[in-house]
Amino acid sequence: MEASSITKDTVKPTAKEAHLSVRNLNVHILKNHILKNIDIEIPDKSITCIIGPSGCGKSTLLKTFNRLLDKTENVTITGKVLVDNENLYEKDAEVTHIRKKMGLLSQRPCPLPMSIYDNIAFGCKIHGTRNKKKLDEIVEYQLRAVGLWKEVKDRLHVPANKLSIGQQQRLCLARGLAVEPAFILADEATSALDPISSKHIEELFVELKKDYAIVMVTHTLRQALRIADYVVFMYLGEVIEAGPAEQVFKNPRRELTKKYLEGAFS
Amino acid sequence: MNKKFSNRIFKDKLASGVMLGLTTLSLLLVVGIGIGLYLKSQPILEQKTLWTLLSTTEWKPSNGEFGFLPFILGTLWITGLAIVMALSIALLTAIYLTEYSKSSVKRFVFPALDILAGLPSVVYGVWGTLFIVPWISETLAPHFVEYATGYSTLAGGIVLGVMILPLLISLFVEIFSVVPDDLRNATLSLGATPWQTIKLVVLRKSFSGILAAVVLAISRAFGETIAVLMVCGNLPVIPGSVFDSCYPIPALIANNYGEMLSVPLYDSALMLAAFFLFIVVLVFNAGSRIILHRIER
Amino acid sequence: MRFIEEKIVKLFMIGATALVFVFVASILYTIIARGLPALNWDMITKLPSGGFYIGKEGGVLNAIVGSLYIVGASTVLGLLISIPVVFYINVYLPKDSKLAYIARLSFDILFGIPSIVYGAFAFTIMIYLGLRTSLGGGIIVITLLIIPIFIRSMDEVARQLPRELLDATYSLGATRLETMGVVVRQIAPGIVTATLLSIGRAIGDAAGVMFTAGFSDSIPTSFSQPAATLPLSVFFQLSSPSADVQDRAYASALILTIIVLILSVVGRFVTQKFSKNKI
Repeated sequence: MEASSITKDTVKPTAKEAHLSVRNLNVHILKNHILKNIDIEIPDKSITCIIGPSGCGKSTLLKTFNRLLDKTENVTITGKVLVDNENLYEKDAEVTHIRKKMGLLSQRPCPLPMSIYDNIAFGCKIHGTRNKKKLDEIVEYQLRAVGLWKEVKDRLHVPANKLSIGQQQRLCLARGLAVEPAFILADEATSALDPISSKHIEELFVELKKDYAIVMVTHTLRQALRIADYVVFMYLGEVIEAGPAEQVFKNPRRELTKKYLEGAFS
Repeated sequence: MNKKFSNRIFKDKLASGVMLGLTTLSLLLVVGIGIGLYLKSQPILEQKTLWTLLSTTEWKPSNGEFGFLPFILGTLWITGLAIVMALSIALLTAIYLTEYSKSSVKRFVFPALDILAGLPSVVYGVWGTLFIVPWISETLAPHFVEYATGYSTLAGGIVLGVMILPLLISLFVEIFSVVPDDLRNATLSLGATPWQTIKLVVLRKSFSGILAAVVLAISRAFGETIAVLMVCGNLPVIPGSVFDSCYPIPALIANNYGEMLSVPLYDSALMLAAFFLFIVVLVFNAGSRIILHRIER
Repeated sequence: MRFIEEKIVKLFMIGATALVFVFVASILYTIIARGLPALNWDMITKLPSGGFYIGKEGGVLNAIVGSLYIVGASTVLGLLISIPVVFYINVYLPKDSKLAYIARLSFDILFGIPSIVYGAFAFTIMIYLGLRTSLGGGIIVITLLIIPIFIRSMDEVARQLPRELLDATYSLGATRLETMGVVVRQIAPGIVTATLLSIGRAIGDAAGVMFTAGFSDSIPTSFSQPAATLPLSVFFQLSSPSADVQDRAYASALILTIIVLILSVVGRFVTQKFSKNKI
C-alpha cells in the first residue's frame, strides 16, 4: 500500500451518510401478495441480514431497494422506501440515480463482458468520468479495497471472466463501490462461492461497514450469526421480527423466530 | 413368454436400424446435392476456367459466352441492401421487444411477424410490383435520376429485406433473451440507463450471436428467387446505381431452365450457378449454426 | 445528455416496431385491394379455358387442386419420414451424442438450402432418369424441402421431453420402440405446429415446383402428369400483358394469402391451446 503513489484522499469515495427506511411496503404480482406491510429501518454503518426460509420474499424486498422490480410484468408496489427521507417510489423519482446509490452484489458473480479494468471503469464512465488518469486511480484504489490488486495488477486488460469465481465476486464488489454508493445490497452473495472466497467476502463486508450500510439476504444462519449487527426475519412475505442481532438470536420475541432458529423449518 | 420377449427385442433392433438408415439418408442428401450439382457443372468447367466465368461480363449462351460477374454482383447488391435495411429495423425491434415492451405489445407483434414469415414469396413479389416498384419510379427515383422504371436493385433489396425481417427479429429476440438478467441488473445497479445497459453490455455480450444471425439471414437472402425475380428487372448488366435493373443468380436459374437443354453448355452453366448458391449457403449456414448452437448451451 | 439519448433511441425502436406493422398492413392491403375485385366464384371453380392467358373465361382450379395434391402428399410423406428420425435422435441416441449433433446441424443446413437449389438438383436427377416434369417430381422435391422443417420444429419440442418420463416407461419393461406411443403423445403439439408450418412453406413454394412439377391447365390424373401450382399460376398470369389476366393474378395471390393466413391463425391457436396443457 505504502509503495503506491496514490494518496488515499484524492480518490477515496465519500460514502454518504444515508438512512434507509421502509414504510408500509406492499408488493403484488398479479394477485399474489408477495410482500405484506413491510415496516423496517435499516441502520447506517452496519450489516443488516435478512433471514428466512426460501420463498419468504427476502430477495424481493432487496430488489425493491433499487427498483429492480420495475421491469417485472404485472407488479404493483405501494408504500414507501425512504432514503434520506426521499421516497424511491415517488412518481418523478430518478431511477438511475437511485440505483447508483445502491451497490448490488448478486448471487452469482456477474462480470460484464469486458476486461477487468473496464468492469470497474464502466460505472465511472457512464457517469461521465473520462479522464484516463483518474480512472486508473479509481481502478487501482477499488481493486486494493477488495484485496484483488496484487492478484490482477499484471493482467488488468484480460477479460474478467478469466478470473476464478471468488475473484469475480470481489471484482463485482469493487465495480459496485466504484460508483460511490451509500448502500451495498448483497443477495446471497456468497452462496455460489467456495468457503475461502466466501470468508474473504465476509471479511470485506465487516471492513466495509465502517463506510457503508450493508444489507444482505442470506439463508445460512451461521453467516448471519457471524457478521450481522441487525437481523430481519421474514416469513411468507411478512417481517416477523427485526432487531439487533444479539437480541434476535438470543431472545427471540416471537415463537416463529425461535422455531426457525432452532431449525424446526427452513 | 421368452419367445414373445425376444420378438419384442428384435422389433426394437429392427426399428433402430430403419431409423438410423432414415437419419443417415437425410444426412447424405446434403452431400448428394453437392455432388450432383458439381458433376452437372463439370462440362462447362472443362471448357473454361472458373476465373474466366466469374470475372467476365458477357452473357450470350448461344455464342458460348458465360460471364457470371453481373449476376454475382446483382446478388451481392440486392443482398447487401436487404441486410442493411433489415438489420437496423430488426435490431431496434428486437431490443424493444425484449428490453422495453410490455407483454401486451408482444401479443400483437409476434402474430404480425408470423404473418410476414408465412407469406409465400410470390405474394411478396406481387406486393413489390404493385407497391414498391411504382413508389420507387414515381416518388423516390425522380429525386435522384431522370428516368427509372422502378424495377430495380433497390426494389429487390426492399422486398428481400422485408422478407428476412421476421427471421432476423425472431433470432435476435432469442439471442437477447439468453443474456442473463443478472447481467442487466448488475449494470442497472451501477446507475446505467436501460439504453446504456443494452448498448454497452447486452449487445456486446450477444455480438457473436448477432453475427451468426446476420450470416444466416444473408444465406436465406441469397437463395430467394421468385419475389426478387419479379421486381428487379432482370437485365444481365452490372447495375450502376440502385435504380438500375439487376439480375441475381437465382433469377437467372429460374428464368432460363426451360431453354437450357437446347443450347450447348447452357444447362451446365446454370447448374454451376446452382452449385455456387449451394456452396455459399452451405458454408454460411454451417458456420452460423455452429455459433448459434454454442450460444444455446 | 444520456437521458436524451435514451429518449431518442426509444423513439427509433418504437418506430422500427411500428414499421413492421406498416409492412404487414401494406402487403395485406395491397393484395386485398387489388385481388378482391377480381375474385369471383369462377376463379376457384373453373379450369382455365383456351384463351385464359389472354383474358378469356376460366379460373385457377387446376392450380388450387395441383397445390393441394402436392402439399397433401408431401406432408404425409414428410411426416412418415421425419417422426422416426426425431424419435431416433431423441430416444435412441444418448443426450450428448455426436451423431445427434451432426444430424441436427445437417437438418439446419438443409433447412437453409434455397428451394431453387433443391429444384435444380431434382431436375438434374429427373433428366438423368429420363423423367418429365410431373406431379410425382413436385411431390418429391417438396417433401425434401419440408423434411428439415418438420424435423427441426418437432425436435425442438422433443428435446424438452423429460428423461424421467422415458425412464418411467423403461422401468415398466418397455423397449425403446414401445416408448414411441408416450413420446408421440408428448410431442403432439410439436407435430401439429410443424405440420402447419410445413404446409405453409410447401404451398408457397414456387422455385422448387417450377423445375419439377411443371405447369398444366388440367388437373393431373396420375403422378407422371405435370401439375399446376398456385404460386406459379400467380407468376404466369402476372407476366401476361393483359390487364384482365393480371387482375386475376392478384385474385389468385389473394386466395394463396388467405390459405396461408388461415394456417397461421390455426397454428397460433393450436400452439397456445396445447402449451397450456403441457406438463
